[in-house]
Parts: sequence; structure tokens; C-alpha cells
Amino acid sequence: MNWGVVVFPGSNCDDDAHDALARIFGQPVRMIWHRETSLGDLDAILLPGGFSYGDYLRGGAIARFSPVMEDVVRFARDGGVVIGICNGFQILTEAGLLPGALLRNRSLRFICRDQPVRVERHDTRFTNACDPGRVLHIPIAHNEGAYYLPGDQLARLEDRGAVVLRYCAPDGTVSGEHNPNGSVNNIAGIVNEAGNVLGMMPHPERCCDAAIGHTDGRLIFESVISSFVAA
Amino acid sequence: MPAPTELTGPPEPVPGDPEVTLELARAHQLSDEEYERILALLDGRTPTFTELGVYSVMWSEHASYKNSILQLKTLPRSGGRLLVAAGEENAGLVDIGDGWAVAFKIESHNHPSAVEPYQGAATGVGGILRDVFTMGARPIALLDSLRFGSPSDRRVRYLFDGVVRGIADYGNCVGVPTVGGELYFEDAYRGNPLVNAMAVGIVHHDRVLRATAEGAGNSVIYIGSRTGRDGIHGATFASEELSEESTSRRSNVQVGDPFTEKLLLEATLALAETDALVGIQDMGAAGLTCSSCEMAGRGGAGILLDLDRVPLREPGMTPYEIMLSESQERMLVVAKRGREHEVFEIVRRWDLQAVEVGSITDDGRMRATSGGKLVIDIPVESLVLGGGAPHYEREAEAPEPVTFSARTGEPEDFSAATLALLASANIASRRHVFQQYDHMVRANTRVGPGRGDAAVVRVPGTRKALALATDCNARLLRIDPREGARQAVAEACRNVACAGATPLGITNCLNFGNPYKPAVYWTFREAVAGMGEACRALAAPVTGGNVSFYNENPGGAVYPTPVIGAVGLTEDVERTTGMGFVREGEAVFLLGPSETGWAGSEWQALQGDEPAGALVPIDLELEAVLQRFLIRSVNSGWVSAAHDLSEGGLVVAIAEMALASPGRRIGAMIELEEVTALALFGEGPSRVAVTVPVAEMDAFEQAAEAEGVPAQWLGTTGGDGIGFRTVFSVSMHELARAFDTGLGRALGLIESAAVS
Amino acid sequence: MRIIVEVMPKEGILDPQGKAVQQALHQLGYGEVREVRVGRRIELEVDAGDPAEAVRSAEQMADTLLANENIERYQVHAVEETV
Repeated sequence: MNWGVVVFPGSNCDDDAHDALARIFGQPVRMIWHRETSLGDLDAILLPGGFSYGDYLRGGAIARFSPVMEDVVRFARDGGVVIGICNGFQILTEAGLLPGALLRNRSLRFICRDQPVRVERHDTRFTNACDPGRVLHIPIAHNEGAYYLPGDQLARLEDRGAVVLRYCAPDGTVSGEHNPNGSVNNIAGIVNEAGNVLGMMPHPERCCDAAIGHTDGRLIFESVISSFVAA
Repeated sequence: MPAPTELTGPPEPVPGDPEVTLELARAHQLSDEEYERILALLDGRTPTFTELGVYSVMWSEHASYKNSILQLKTLPRSGGRLLVAAGEENAGLVDIGDGWAVAFKIESHNHPSAVEPYQGAATGVGGILRDVFTMGARPIALLDSLRFGSPSDRRVRYLFDGVVRGIADYGNCVGVPTVGGELYFEDAYRGNPLVNAMAVGIVHHDRVLRATAEGAGNSVIYIGSRTGRDGIHGATFASEELSEESTSRRSNVQVGDPFTEKLLLEATLALAETDALVGIQDMGAAGLTCSSCEMAGRGGAGILLDLDRVPLREPGMTPYEIMLSESQERMLVVAKRGREHEVFEIVRRWDLQAVEVGSITDDGRMRATSGGKLVIDIPVESLVLGGGAPHYEREAEAPEPVTFSARTGEPEDFSAATLALLASANIASRRHVFQQYDHMVRANTRVGPGRGDAAVVRVPGTRKALALATDCNARLLRIDPREGARQAVAEACRNVACAGATPLGITNCLNFGNPYKPAVYWTFREAVAGMGEACRALAAPVTGGNVSFYNENPGGAVYPTPVIGAVGLTEDVERTTGMGFVREGEAVFLLGPSETGWAGSEWQALQGDEPAGALVPIDLELEAVLQRFLIRSVNSGWVSAAHDLSEGGLVVAIAEMALASPGRRIGAMIELEEVTALALFGEGPSRVAVTVPVAEMDAFEQAAEAEGVPAQWLGTTGGDGIGFRTVFSVSMHELARAFDTGLGRALGLIESAAVS
Repeated sequence: MRIIVEVMPKEGILDPQGKAVQQALHQLGYGEVREVRVGRRIELEVDAGDPAEAVRSAEQMADTLLANENIERYQVHAVEETV
């Protein structure tokens, strides 16, 4: 399948995403400059982490007006697979492709560490390679990662099973104690209603290579790739 | 722009500039002799105010190393795998094989951080990154060596918090992982924190950019942020009437813009892919002045700038201000004539400004115009290090030797001493700090902060890895600067060797007091001498670095603190070690001598005593043999974990190895025959604890003996805590609580009651 | 009583946030925007009888905590509660 990784000014996990997809999974990957107006023929788009436009106004607030985003929105509305990681997640919420917003971490400090997250849905095209309830260890690295949605909308989000990943303890326990950033309901990743757009704060592209460390991040990409093979 | 030949006659004073006098020269930190020398260099002509500013910054310590260069020249600064000699380029450059090279350097930002900790530290990181990527190298790692006063001091807490946030926000945004460093608290740094940042980058040999200007007619192009009145030398304030308005408008504080830095980084690396450039240099300290003069100096060329073309952030800036501004995120580029459009195209793709501001000439003169008139006309040679810039041997006098204080009492309750040491602000877990740094971005960090003596970062696109460490136990230098400096170099290299990497070279950041004080200068000279001895013994040349003088508190100079940044290479990223115990049932060995003492130890400091006593001297030959053996042992799979014995001695090292084990589930039982306070908590050089799988024990012991490396069996890994025969033991839970909460408690981030 | 403290980067001090927002506005077609400065507004609800006194107190707060005199300037004013 053909992947596109969008490069915004200030993206800094774009090379990591390219490396994971191309070197670890042997996928064809095209880097897409933010000023391009057409994505061309792609099967999946990844919005990488980083600090697009310095995140000086709000995370993702300026990037979402990049020329390429019009086509990303169209692609997503047409059912194309879109993954937003970290800053990419923030851009997806700013662009209205996913509900909610990402606020400053509760600690008011940047936080970078390996973080256990529990797979809440193993029947999505992003998590089908995981066993139910599987705990993945995936690094987080963000300043604005506290997911927020007003109460009634949050209930609807939960009702439709849109929460894919939750922050948890190493044994899978989900509680306030194991919430690194103050996200409501420990939410670490969600999908849209149609199930083709994923936003997640943890960085799966950072844990795909055994030469560097553990490889839990592979399961996310393997899921997407196998969903295309199956289709 | 006026053609170079149209400009005749001496430069003219700019209306409104103050009259240049000896008084004004003194206010610019120039001595009477130096001012006389300037007059002579200008054939008796009085310099313009702008020219005086140019001389003052080019002859400052920062640019000319005038009080340090004679000492620095005694260091081994070439050889080995060095591709450029120290000081020739923006950063050191060392070959790592297969066409790749590593560029690295450490630099201080102490004084800006003392005034405005957040911006001071942030711009320190920005500056050192630019030094590396102006070489054409992609930065792959940052380290920070930090020193503050007592953590219970309110001002210190403010400085600490700001510095850490500044480093975090800048490095995280640019997307370069901060993988290591050090953090110390000592009263000696109370009013003068040390903030030293080190950057490491990777470049292919045929993409290296140089910091030179040559080829008459070539274009000088300004890239990046506009120029404001940031960081203009304090002398400006002294030389004019200050009004309310000018005080509020003129700030010395430089503000960092990491987003622009990221764009500048990508644009610079894209420029390196072309061959349109002759040279490039960061406009850092004394921005336009330093970059233009140093590049012209290296190329033996002249340079002509049109200051009217420099992009300004504020109206009404004078030539003096434009030449001396220290606005951040700016570069000066020399492009081949006719290829400027390639530069413009690349730079503008990254939304940055690029403006042609001058040209290279063949007259060897630094000239600048403003409003079509000449305002600077100086021989380049007279400005630069190795040319006309002055250099001095200062008066040196050994200070009173550190007297023996009342002998530090030895620990009596070993469990309590273990926990007290682990909870000490200088030893406790640095998680609070490094969790704020993105240490994993770029997905090449194999051994991150807190996991080993050195950070291990893969060289992208290869199986090679670099091991990186910064080190300096300044207490040892406080007692004996020469011996302490030897040990600082040895420890930095030993840390790299613990990861299984061979040291390639070091970069140094020499933080000292006022060199005009004979005692400080003597200390500096001794430290440099000790450093040179160790570098030669360990075949680790100095690739470059930075000198920071005038680090003074009201009570005197900071401890002499030559921070050593070591870079090591290993060919296989997977054959590297961290410090955590890996498996139960492995043998624990102590490599190196058993001799220890209390002088300069953490235990001594914990008793409230000043560093005092006689240091255990290092045997540099043994150190070299030990490091070679250690590297070989890691690479051949004999050693599964290695950890240098430093602050807190043997017990702290064993505890740290247990605390770094997977899930903190692997402790150790140590069968040391003599469980004495000195053996457990004393400190001495050239000592490393390693674990060896049982199957490899024989091969390991035989090889150690054959190579003359003392190897003493200590015990076995396993159990829920650390034990020393039947004498005492501490549970993992207790170790973890002391280690994890120590820093937070010292800084008042955690209430003591909450953890008890 | 409500006290408003408005903190702005000093003139001449680089404001990266303002610069980024200005560039974005230009790209969205708002070419008329000549300069953007981004600051912050802090609202304090204080128990005080005398507005002048409350403002003086808030100025002290700004000096010590709310603003950084090296790089920022601030303005303080009181707003009467509208019930």
C-alpha cells in the first residue's frame, strides 16, 4: 500500500515515521510537503509528531490551514486511512476530523517516557493485530496531551466505542493514578465514527526497531497494513 | 551596493555616535595597551565607534581566547581520527568510518542563564546546535551539564526550573533528543550557575560545510531571523545617556525561537546538498562581527558589508548595534557568484529570509558601509585569533592549599548511609529533569538518560552507534586542579567505555573564575595541564570547546569546572551495554584498584564539609588498559552491564545497577570480605562494576589477568534489594523510595511528609 | 473586585509567537496585518475595598511573579464587578 507522510514546517517525527514504514515494513512512502495541494494516489496518510509552526498559538492550530490539509480532509471524508500521531492528533482535532481538543498536561511540564496503554478496541483497522485488552508500551512525548471533550460529547464518544487506547498501569489497570497528563477517561487515542481516522498521543513509530528497544509500536502499523491486504 | 573601489578615505563617524576616547575603550573592556595597539593598527587613526565595538568583541575572551589560548595550545588538538584541528571550524569533526563523520562541541551559557534562566538556557541550546549544523551535520543528540547552588535556596530553585524548561522547550521543539548530561548542586555555584550544552551531529565527508570566506566577488548572504537589539554588549549602556525609554527598549536578553531554528536547520542541510556555498557561520556571540571577520580570517580574504541591507526588527538601529547584535537564529553564508539564486530558493522554501548583504574582496580588509558611507575599515588579520588579536600569559600564583578539615566521620549505620547517599540531590534520580526532555525523538536512542553511564545513540542509516557522556567532579579540582582534571577526562572516557564504545575525542567547556586573579589563573593552568596528560594517555584528543571565565560569586570563584564531553564509537549498536543488572545469577566484578578515600567524596559533602584531604591519584596507564579491556569485554559479550564507581562509591553503584534493572526486580548479594566504611562509600578513580554471565566468567577472568587489569569477584545478582553478606542489606523498595524522591524533596517539589 | 493584568513582550524583544501568527495570517490572505504581538491576560478576583490599593498590590504581584521585567511589560487596571 502507498503511504504519505505530511511534512509541516516544524514537524520533527516525519523522518521517524518514514523510517518505520519504509525500512521496518518495506512500505512505499512519499513525503508530502505542506504546500502541495493534491495528495495524489495514496492509501494512507500519516500526520507526524513535532511542533508545526512552533505550536506557538495552539498545537496544530496553524498547520490545519496548510494548503495540503484541504485534500487531507477530502481524503478522510472519502474514507481514506489517516493516522495523526501527537502533533498530528492535535492537527486532526483542529481540522475537525476528530472531536475534542488536547490541552496542556496537568503537570504543566513536557513529559517524555515509555507509557503503558491498554488497547480498548481490537476490532479497528488500527488495532486488529492486538489481543483484546493488550497493554502496549509506547513512548509519549508531549506538552499538550490532555485530551478533553465536554461531558455529554464524551459520553457519546465512549458510547460509540471510539476510544481505542487508554493510559494504564503496566498490568492494564486504568485509573487516575496512571494518567500521565490529565486526559479525560485516560484517553490516549480515538477513532472517528467511520473508523478510518485515528488520533493518538503515543508514538508507535518510535518503538518498531528491535535494535533500539522494544517493538510494541509495530502492532499499530501491522494492523493497518493487514487491513489492506484483507481488503 | 557601492562597488568596493568606489570607497575611499577613512571611515566616517556616524552622527549621534559617542566620541571615541580611551575612556570609552576602557568601558568596552579594552586595556590601555590594547587601545594603543588599535591606534597603531589603524596607522594612528582614531577608530570609529563601530570599529571600537568590532575590536572589543573580536578581542574579547569569547572570540580571541586571549587569556587562555597559550594554555589551550598545550592540549593534544589533532591526530587520531580528527578531520579538522581544534578551533579551525565551528565544531570538532572526527571520522567514524564508511564516509561518515561526527561533529560535536560543548559551550557555556552561564551568564545569560543567571539573568534570565529560561531564555539563557534555551538560547544556549540553540547556539550549540547551530555550531553543529553549520558544519552540514544533522544534530542527533544534545547533552546538558548543569550546576547550581544549594537546592534549598529559593533563587536556585527558580534558576533550576527555568533552565530545565528552557532546555526542554528548545530541544524538544527543534526535535533533537536530549539524551544525557549531569546535574550538580554545590554552594559554590549559588550566584553563578553553570549551563553547558553539548550537541552532536552526523555528516557525510563530502557534505561538510566550512566556516570560511574566500574568492573575491563571491556573495555574502544573510539568512534567518531579523536583527534586533538583543544582547548588545553592556558597553553600549555605559557610553550613552540612559533615558527611561532606552532602558526599557534596550534589553540584553536574547529570546530563542526554536521553530525558526528548525527551519534554519533544514535549510542549512539542504544547502549542504548543493555545492553553491563557499562557507557558512552562525551569527552567535557578537553576531555579524564575529561571523564575517572569522570567516574572512580563515580564508585570508577581505569582506565588504552593506549594513543598510541587513534585515532589521527595529527601526533606527545604528551600524554599531547592527554589527554587535546577538539576535538568535541567524546565519551568514558565502555563496559562489552566480549561484545565489540556488541559496535563495532553498532558504525561501523554508519560509526564511535571505538577503545579499555584501561580497568577498581580495584586499584583506573588513569594511562596512551605512548610507553609502564607509563606517568600518580594518585589516581582518588584526582582529582574529592567530593574527593581531592579543594573547596573554597571566600572572599565576598557587592559592593556599586546601587545608585538611577535621577528618570526616565515617558512616556507622551502613543502611542509613546508603539511603542518605541515594537521596542526595547530587545522586538521586534525575527523572524529574530528563522526563521533561524528549530523549527519544528521531528513534535512535538505545540507551537513554538514567540507563547507563553514557547515552548510546545509533548513527542513522547504519549499525554504528555513538556513546556520549559529560563529566566533571569539580570537588576534586577544588582540592587539586591538575589531578581533578586528569580524573575528569578519565571518567568521561570511562563512561563511554562502559557502553562498549571507544573514545574518539573530547570537547571541553572550561568554567573558571576571573583570570586576572593569579590564583584563578594558576588553577586554570594546572587544570589544562592535567587535562592534556589524561588526553594523551587515553588517546582522546581535544576537538574543540569553549572557555568561560569570570564565573564568580560574591564569595569567590566557582569551583574550577572543566566539563568534559566525550564521544565514543562502536560498530554494532546492539553490542552496547547500559548499567542495569540484566539477569539474575550473574557474577558481579569490580574492575580496577581497590584504593579509595574520603577526599572530595559525596559522603564528605553530605556531612557539610568542604572538599578536603588528599585525592587518591589516578594511574593513567592503568586507566587506559582498563578502558581497552572494558570495551573488548562488552563487545565480546563477556559483560552484560557496566557502571563506573563515582559519587557515593561502591554501594551507590551497586544500588544504581539494581534500580536500573528491568522492572527493578534484580538486586545483588555482595560477598566483599572486608565490609568497611571506606570500601563501601569511599571514592577513587578507575573503578568499574560489571556483571558477567556465569558461562563467560572464566574467559573474562583470564583475559583480565593477562592484560593486567585488577578484577575482583564481588558477588552475584539477584534478590529483592542489595545485601553485603550478613552485615547489612537494603530492600529494593527502600532504595527506590530514597532514589526516586531525593531530588524532588531537595528542591521542595515533594513534601517530605508525603513520602514518609 | 476584578483586577486585570495584561502582560506583553516588551518592544524590541523578539516575539516568536507573534511572528508565527503573523506569517499564518498572511498566508490566509490577511496581508494588511503589519505586526502581531502575543501576550497574556490574567484576571484576579481580589477582596479589596480600594481599587487604587488593589491595583498597587497587583503591580507588586506583576513585579515579582506575573511578568518578567527583563522581557515583558504589564498594565494593571481594576474592573468594578457588574452583578
